[in-house]
Amino acid sequence: MSELIWNLILLILSAGLVFAFIRLARGPYLPDRVIALDLISILAMGFILVYAVRFNQPSFLDVAIILAIISFLGTVAFAYYIERRW
Amino acid sequence: MLREIVVIVLIFGGAIFMALAGLGMLRMPDLFLRMSSSAKAGTLGAGLILMGAAVHFNDFGIYTRAFAIIVFLLLTAPVAAHMIGRAAHFDGVPLWKGTVQDDLKGHYRASTHALESSTIPENDCPATDEDEIPDNSEFDR
Repeated sequence: MSELIWNLILLILSAGLVFAFIRLARGPYLPDRVIALDLISILAMGFILVYAVRFNQPSFLDVAIILAIISFLGTVAFAYYIERRW
Repeated sequence: MLREIVVIVLIFGGAIFMALAGLGMLRMPDLFLRMSSSAKAGTLGAGLILMGAAVHFNDFGIYTRAFAIIVFLLLTAPVAAHMIGRAAHFDGVPLWKGTVQDDLKGHYRASTHALESSTIPENDCPATDEDEIPDNSEFDR
């Protein structure tokens, strides 16, 4: 029963990842791709946290911290690039 | 046993919200609406999953770490969304064709990248793509 619920949670998260990836591939503008990438990194953080809970490994929370920081810095850098490129 | 149920409810809710953020990212008609779905629902989903993880481990260090990540997400998600939205509006990403009003139109000065309250003369405004409709996804640049 519990196994089924964990698989269902991972399936729902995968659906969100697929949707975000379709937006990343389709665009149509560069900022669309940037926010899709941002959402993908947040979803990856969710995957890592679910994995940490499922297999009882608390050290994976540090990975979530790093991923949050990196995705914020990446988005800010992309925003600077988009605004200053002309 | 009770804690197990609380953990599963929190993580399941977080996963639902994250998937809804992805769905909004796919289905919303223009960049700014997509941004609102991903910034809000994504942050809420991540916060719920973090709370579930903290309740599951039930350790002081883990609670602190989860709280730190939630505060960090709540601080940085609006900042990142604002920067991307500002850059996109400056760059001339078109709004949805059903948009009623664009309050920022004509208030960005192209030469200094500054937002001013007075109306900027036409020759110093950043270029906008008025005739591009965002549903035509073939257009790329």
